[in-house]
Amino acid sequence: MGKRVSGLTLAFLSPLSVAQNQVNMSPGVTEIGADIFELHMLIMWICVVIGIAVFAVMFYSMYAHRKSKGHQAAQFHESTKVEVAWTVVPFLILIAMAVPATSTLLEVYDNDEAELDILITGYQWKWKYEYLDESGEPVAFFSNLATPQEEIYNTAHKGDNYLLEVDEPLVLPTNTKVRFLITANDVIHSWWVPEIAVKRDAIPGFINEAWTRVPEEGIYRGQCTELCGAYHGFMPVEVHAVSRPEFDAWMAAKRGAAAAESQLAMQTLAVDDLMDKGKAVYDSACLACHGAQGEGGIGNAIAGSAVVLGDLSSHMAVVAKGVSGTAMQAFGGQLSDVDMAAVLTYQRNAFGNNTGDVVQPGDVTGIKNG
Amino acid sequence: MSSSSSASAGHEKYYVPESSSLAVRATIGLILSVFGAALVLNDMTYGSGDESSASVWVLTVGLVFFIFTLASWFGTAIRENLAGMNSSQLHQSYVLGMFWFIFSEVMFFAAFFGALLYVRQFVGPWLAGEGEGGRMNGLLWPGFEFAWPPVTTPQEVVGGVDAQVIANNGAFVSQETSMAPADAHAWYAWLPMWNTLILLSSSATVHVAHTAILADNRKKFNVWLGITVGLALIFLGLQAAEYYEAYVLYGLTLNSGIYGSTFFMLTGFHGFHVAMGMTMLLIQLVRSVRRQHFTATDHFGFEASSWYWHFVDVVWVFLFLFVYIL
Amino acid sequence: MGDHHHGPAQGISRWLFTTNHKDIGTMYLWFSFAMFLLGGFFAMVIRAELFQPGMQLVEPGFFNQMTTLHGLVMVFGAIMPSFVGLANWLIPMMIGAPDMALPRMNNWSFWILPPAFLMLASTLFMEGGAPAFGWTFYAPLSTTYAAPSVTFFIFAIHILGVSSIMGSINIIATVMNMRAPGMTYMKMPLFVWTWLITAFLLVAVMPVLAGAVTMMLMDIHFGTSFFSAAGGGDPVLFQHIFWFFGHPEVYIIILPAFGVVSQIIPAFSRKPLFGYASMVYATASIAFLSFIVWAHHMYTVGMPIAGELFFMYATMLIAVPTGVKVFNWISTMWRGALSFETPMLFCIGFLILFTLGGFTGLMLSIAPADFQYHDTYFVVAHFHYVMVAGAVFSMTAAVYYWLPKWCGRMYNEAMGKTHFWISFIGFNITFFPQHFVGLAGMPRRIPDYALQFADFNMMSSIGAFIYGASQLLFLYNVVATIVAGKPVSDEKVWDGAEGLEWTVPTPAPYHTFEEPPLVPKPAGTI
Ligand code: HEA
Ligand code: HEA
Ligand code: HEC
Ligand code: CUA
Ligand SMILES: [Cu+2]
Repeated sequence: MGKRVSGLTLAFLSPLSVAQNQVNMSPGVTEIGADIFELHMLIMWICVVIGIAVFAVMFYSMYAHRKSKGHQAAQFHESTKVEVAWTVVPFLILIAMAVPATSTLLEVYDNDEAELDILITGYQWKWKYEYLDESGEPVAFFSNLATPQEEIYNTAHKGDNYLLEVDEPLVLPTNTKVRFLITANDVIHSWWVPEIAVKRDAIPGFINEAWTRVPEEGIYRGQCTELCGAYHGFMPVEVHAVSRPEFDAWMAAKRGAAAAESQLAMQTLAVDDLMDKGKAVYDSACLACHGAQGEGGIGNAIAGSAVVLGDLSSHMAVVAKGVSGTAMQAFGGQLSDVDMAAVLTYQRNAFGNNTGDVVQPGDVTGIKNG
Repeated sequence: MSSSSSASAGHEKYYVPESSSLAVRATIGLILSVFGAALVLNDMTYGSGDESSASVWVLTVGLVFFIFTLASWFGTAIRENLAGMNSSQLHQSYVLGMFWFIFSEVMFFAAFFGALLYVRQFVGPWLAGEGEGGRMNGLLWPGFEFAWPPVTTPQEVVGGVDAQVIANNGAFVSQETSMAPADAHAWYAWLPMWNTLILLSSSATVHVAHTAILADNRKKFNVWLGITVGLALIFLGLQAAEYYEAYVLYGLTLNSGIYGSTFFMLTGFHGFHVAMGMTMLLIQLVRSVRRQHFTATDHFGFEASSWYWHFVDVVWVFLFLFVYIL
Repeated sequence: MGDHHHGPAQGISRWLFTTNHKDIGTMYLWFSFAMFLLGGFFAMVIRAELFQPGMQLVEPGFFNQMTTLHGLVMVFGAIMPSFVGLANWLIPMMIGAPDMALPRMNNWSFWILPPAFLMLASTLFMEGGAPAFGWTFYAPLSTTYAAPSVTFFIFAIHILGVSSIMGSINIIATVMNMRAPGMTYMKMPLFVWTWLITAFLLVAVMPVLAGAVTMMLMDIHFGTSFFSAAGGGDPVLFQHIFWFFGHPEVYIIILPAFGVVSQIIPAFSRKPLFGYASMVYATASIAFLSFIVWAHHMYTVGMPIAGELFFMYATMLIAVPTGVKVFNWISTMWRGALSFETPMLFCIGFLILFTLGGFTGLMLSIAPADFQYHDTYFVVAHFHYVMVAGAVFSMTAAVYYWLPKWCGRMYNEAMGKTHFWISFIGFNITFFPQHFVGLAGMPRRIPDYALQFADFNMMSSIGAFIYGASQLLFLYNVVATIVAGKPVSDEKVWDGAEGLEWTVPTPAPYHTFEEPPLVPKPAGTI
């Protein structure tokens, strides 16, 4: 109930509250965000006014018609006139609300003529972004929670963007109509960024559409808003809106990196590089279930696991194909050959698993092709 | 009916049973049954295959206990009625109870019919990339086209479980032949049509039985009720034959995507209700033949069963229409 | 049968084998209170974890189990049975019937509840943990991705459904068939009316819920594809079926509460209920509308715009009949002779806070705005205003109001008022700040949150502990009353109370109205 009470409550709360305690919806930066915000305020104020009127009558009666004051009860119990009035008047008020609501809704649904399409896929518990652009090397990447476990488990100081930061944000050009195609791989998720007023459920097997046009550069944060399993609270969205030239430069760099990655896949990498890269992949993709020390959790322990210590191709089969019926998903489609090689190497040598095995991208490609 | 002596005119004394262990016994039976059923299902789906058969025993004991309790419950109600304890007001309570019970059954079927209509009207076209709700779905299910009865599942079109974009959530292989009339070898080999005729005529025969008992004609009542039960049996036999055809000859199974799902759930629950209704009618028949129960004015047990039977029949008509024909 | 005026049987078999509506009512009431404590305990775990950012007490997976069980236990274990208990106690007395229409079935509908909840609670100790997919159990999180305990959850829901359906059939049969001569429909107390309509809603939607969980069962164990796109189904289909049940369900929760309030406000205003007939019509309209608004819980699933608009308009319309009710209650108070005993205080608390919750409901019904509210704490605040300050407050009012009639003893008024004020304040400290964090962007069903939500969450947790503790005071007051309250023997415990239940002796004898009473009052005055 936003503003009406916010003043009151803030006064009463002031010892507790710091400046950043936001009590109302954010108007956001987009046109639609502003429309929705206004709609929200309009309806809230209408409710506030009705509420004040209704409760004023009630409190007056509670004061003036007390038995303890000796008030005698009247015995009237109906009046067609007022009853008709308080049926019709609210109805008219509702119509007044429905008009702006309808036009805003039509705007939200205007998904046509986008200049850029981005496919967003929800996974337990990360987002994948794919820029659907026929020209050039495809750009696609996963976006994982970047907040360290130590902060979550209170052994390190929590940073400003605690739980709202990712390893690789979605990058958007400003002043461009961007269409999001939203879907999910496993369960239902929901992609929400309050400041750009986009919330759409990500439904496995179906593609939903939403759009935005961000006028200002900036960083906008949001979260997954549909319960999607244990780590639903740890699935943030981070959007960087940048100017068109900056966006193009970023895109070019991404394409370059993608090309380099496919180059890398043909090479033999140093053990340290593989381990470093492997740790990075592990921390972002596997740690949530297998634990920071490979001790297990939702998933089995990696430290001392027979699968990990055993034959490479069955180890890789588990990672690439997943274990059906369990939370262990198929990472084959999610990790590049280089990342796969790195994470396998890492698992086989970290957490006291010292097998000494080194897995090269070429090995992965080899196993893949049988 | 009742020997009561209520003061106010028109209101006989309402029979309130003193106390009864029926409810608690029925509870034990019901809870054991569902607990056992859950154990059995979980062994089946998550188990390693070498579970002991304790689960099956829990289920069996529960069911047997439950059925016996129900039998003794109905037996008690019948005895009370014969002993003249039931006022016409209590009779009316039974009527209302049965009516609203049937209404709840209607709503249960409504859920499945609703699912069928929603899938056919909206989901299918959306998966095929048509309509406002699905114009981009071609990215996920390239090449999928929707028809009813479906000839394929989205999964098959893209090349199977491992090739689909979404995570593996089971394998769905569509049937070779659907149950639609167009797929039947010959009109006379199309079982649903025969089943429709049988069920419709059974509704008529049970009605004849009803008129017979209203005229106090027990013999005629027994004969027509017997015919009804016979028709019910034939229906169930044909239904079993149809399922055999489906599974063995047509490859139509519970795994055949949404067509198999809706087909088997609707016809299956209907079949289950037919079996229930038939059992109810059979019990009434036995009561009439062996115990000379029911008179022209007092035959609620039969009447309730016959309402149930008509209800099952009406459900079939909708089923025939929406599952088989349209 | 001959005249029998036996009292209750002795010992445990009295309760196990009883067919007496008062005994069964009592069992329902105690059972629901136990479930309220259990559900409340889960809520305390939730609030304790959310006291501060960071993970402190429980693991994320377990947090979800708490949220899920809290919702399920509160809705199906606490609120619904409590009103069924009230119906059992009161409906026969209000309409002048000797008992419920089908007494043995009545006993059965009660007794299957405790084992069903035992089965549900036992999932906490199963491998893989209890259900963790929210009380709305959306597929496929509740099918392909659920722990094996989901099978027990499904059967527990089936049994709750069976219980509710039988209970409702009983209520319908009682009301339609057992009214004393002269008790026409338009003379029935409003509580009876609201329950009649609620029972109808229950018979209509519980089977649909049973259908939904049955489809889940088939998807999990038999390879069907109702909720899987790969086989031609749709996860959103689940939501449609669930909410076709779920939305009427929330009115199932609130309509009997409306009934209670419509009994109590006139009593303490010493003035007949204003607009009896329009109350009945409003209740019926709400029930009708409740069937065509379900998708307002699904504005973000990507429905076509026509659907979105239809459900938005239909939902907004519910404000009209609900408003009629609110205005009628206030007009009842207007120019009455008001006194503020505990039941009345809880009714006034209800009136204020429910209306507030209704306003946020109206805000949620505006589809484009709901894109920002949906699945945030704003929604959590909304439904606790209508369910806790709505249903629970009215239930509390009912207990204080009828307790003297039930047990022939008066509760401690000072303690009752204290309970009210602590509840009222504690409740608002708990749930008002949730509007703020919700609007500011805090999603629901998360065990840990960003730093800017910290202060309000801490407030909310403190409020929850206060509110929770006040319920212990309530428990104490009720027990103390039953054991050692001041005896009352007036038939009319409250001078303003009207209705047949106030014409029988206090405490109400084991059997009432074995002979139908005379119904004297003209329409609209009860
Ligand atoms: C007792 C239960 C109860 C009640 C009575 C209500 C009442 C209403 N609810 Fe609520 N609702 C829930 C329980 C309830 N709700 C629950 C449990 C959820 C969440 C489920 C979940 O996801 O877990 C929910 C969620 C929910 C949503 C989905 C939000 C989301 O997930 O995004 C919506 C959206 O429309 C909604 C709307 C409404 C409306 C319009 C009413 C109306 O009935 C309110 C009408 C009342 C008034 C408006 C106030 C009085 C009227 C006047 C004084 C007249 C004049 C007023 C005007 C003309 C403005 N509710
Ligand atoms: C009528 C139903 C009802 C009732 C009465 C309540 C009562 C309460 N609810 Fe509940 N709630 C729901 C229905 C209800 N809720 C539903 C449907 C959901 C959604 C679930 C979902 O997302 O799936 C939900 C979700 C929900 C959430 C969101 C969880 C999440 O999204 O992760 C929270 C968080 O604060 C919450 C808090 C509370 C609190 C503090 C109470 C308090 O009112 C409880 C007070 C009662 C007690 C505390 C018990 C009495 C005392 C004791 C047992 C003694 C021990 C305690 C102390 C000594 C302090 N509820
Ligand atoms: C969503 C949770 C989750 C994530 C994320 C996850 N796993 Fe797993 N993993 C599991 C589960 C659950 C199992 C146990 C499967 C079983 O029961 O056989 C498992 C098993 C394994 C095993 C076999 C271990 C054994 O001893 O059986 C390996 C190897 C493995 N995962 C590697 C990985 C790698 C590499 C990643 C990241 C790229 C990863 N996992 C991410 C849940 C997860
Ligand atoms: Cu993903 Cu919640
Ligand atoms: Cu709703």
